[in-house]
Amino acid sequence: MQILQQLINGLSLGSIYALLALGYTMVYGIIKLINFAHGDVYMLGAFWGYYMINQFHVGFWTALIVSMIFCAIVGVVIEFLAYRPLRNSPRIVVLITAIGVSFLLENGMSYLFSSSPRDFPQAMQMVRYHFWGISISNIQILILVTSIVLMILLQLIIKRTRMGKAMRAVSVDPEAAKLIGINVNHTISFTFALGSALAGAAGVMIGLYYNSIDPLMGMTPGIKAFVAAVLGGIGLIPGAALGGFVIGIVETIVQALGFSAFRDAAVYAILIIILIIRPAGILGKVTREKV
Amino acid sequence: MKKSKIAILAASALMLAATFTGCANKAASEGNSASGNTITIGGNFELSGSAAAYGSAMQRGVKLAVNEINKNGGVKVDGKKMKLKLVTKDNKSDNSQAASIATNLTTQTKASAVIGPITSGAGLAALPNMTKAKVPLITPGGTQDSLTLQKNGKVQPYMFRSCFEDSFQGEALARYIYNNMNLNRVAILGDKSTDYAQGLIKAFKKEYKGKVVVTEYYQSGDKDFNTLLTKLKGKEFDALFVPGYYSEAGLIVRQAREMGITQPIVGADGFADPKLIKIAGKKNASNIYYTTHFDAKAPANDKVGKYLKLYKDTYGDDAGTFDALSYDAVYMIKQAIEDQDSTNSVKIAKGLAKLKNFEGVTGSITIDKDHNPQKPVIITKLENGVEAEATAVK
Repeated sequence: MQILQQLINGLSLGSIYALLALGYTMVYGIIKLINFAHGDVYMLGAFWGYYMINQFHVGFWTALIVSMIFCAIVGVVIEFLAYRPLRNSPRIVVLITAIGVSFLLENGMSYLFSSSPRDFPQAMQMVRYHFWGISISNIQILILVTSIVLMILLQLIIKRTRMGKAMRAVSVDPEAAKLIGINVNHTISFTFALGSALAGAAGVMIGLYYNSIDPLMGMTPGIKAFVAAVLGGIGLIPGAALGGFVIGIVETIVQALGFSAFRDAAVYAILIIILIIRPAGILGKVTREKV
Repeated sequence: MKKSKIAILAASALMLAATFTGCANKAASEGNSASGNTITIGGNFELSGSAAAYGSAMQRGVKLAVNEINKNGGVKVDGKKMKLKLVTKDNKSDNSQAASIATNLTTQTKASAVIGPITSGAGLAALPNMTKAKVPLITPGGTQDSLTLQKNGKVQPYMFRSCFEDSFQGEALARYIYNNMNLNRVAILGDKSTDYAQGLIKAFKKEYKGKVVVTEYYQSGDKDFNTLLTKLKGKEFDALFVPGYYSEAGLIVRQAREMGITQPIVGADGFADPKLIKIAGKKNASNIYYTTHFDAKAPANDKVGKYLKLYKDTYGDDAGTFDALSYDAVYMIKQAIEDQDSTNSVKIAKGLAKLKNFEGVTGSITIDKDHNPQKPVIITKLENGVEAEATAVK
């Protein structure tokens, strides 16, 4: 029964990684940038939810949606101020800028709100269900279900809407997309908005789940979500979701087997192995770069 | 032309260096003594920056003690009563500031003894300058084991503390769990990434007579302990020992209780923060035990009542741990001066090292050969997020 229980733990952890990995993968897919500030957008989402619930006493769902909107705006602003001016610069320049934005957000928030952890308001009463010898809380179910619903919604937006079509076009060839009348800048902004909204949702849910938020909370999950995105095949949306769940479950298994001290090492080892053996990721097709 | 200039420069630099070393040598052989009728005590305090909460508590405790001593006539040296003069400086919770203030207080202010800094890191930074000037330093909060020891294992002659060290509380916890609570099986869930937790685990395992069923590790900053706790839940144990700080410990308490782990959870002074209860939730913060240095509920002697009242009357607030430890630090210096009948800093250090059965508000203190105080450890119990009881263990 413990195995089943650990699987549930792994799935709820994995769904958060998956939500974050989606943001990485979408941005990478469209402008070939690893947005290292993504984990910090997740942190901002948690803080905004904290602020909304504490100051305006809104319910959990309102806080979740408002945080998603807030993070979408933050994502667009970051792209506009930090990445757009560098659109034609070498990729490494944008990458370093992303790390800079990440540091700015982390240390800025530490400076403004102190780095000590705060307790997230309990907007929802925790209830535990016991059956077949395992126990699952309503918040775990909520995280899992909300994540899956958001992923399906995302898939629908990308496959069924005009904007989604534009996103796919820009990711294939931005120049050609521009030639057929797609506004590339708008499309990129929209991508950042979508990815950041998902990160915001993850932030609020994590706040509710663990009841503790701090300005550096985005660091480790950010990097792990990046590993998840690479594992699934960076640039591929189903890959990011799959990668997230795999990383969550791997972490859980490593700890359950008694190697708790090597949990993070295992995740990074996966990154190294996948980069050596199958750089395109689990779902990625191996393509040769055209010269 | 150029060469001769360099030669002159070098020569003058040498001369300067010679003058400085001359000064240092003089200080080294003698240390600082009081001039006139006042003994100067230095305060190297964290009044701003990240450790400001501890530093200002330290300042309040020290001021309280100095004023009280002066009101009661002062310190008796050589048949006459001398007053204490406190000179405080703000080290901004910065290690390099702490080091330069140590120099300033010993060479400019000529302090006979210095209290602070309160953190182990800043204490380590200040120590070389204190040793150079041969002036003793008492830290009320630096609990790191290695703080009072040199690299070769010998004791640092000028470093003292009024708080107990990390391993001391680990051992006290082990004894308390086995002897007082009669629990024979302990599971450990410890922080892998801090010296603090590593020291606690080592000391605990050495002293505990029961069985350590399982030891699991987490990293500072972790938020999800469900996996580890699920695993622990499957084992049989009587108590869960969590060596770590409140930010992770709060989450562990919460997730453990939600999962249905009802056994007592014990920890060290890293638990002693109101945030622990906030993060864990009031209902979950039950059956929790942790060590502290000072607790009004477990007075060590009749001095405590007087101290609590004096503190409340002066500051309008309840006394806490670090002000009490700092208050004791001043009285330790007074005792050392009177024992040695001298205001010389080298002598004071000697007196501090020989301190025996000194009655402070945090208990009876005897300084051991490693300059660590042997004193009672207080174990506080939480029930529904409120401190239910506190007991002193030897």
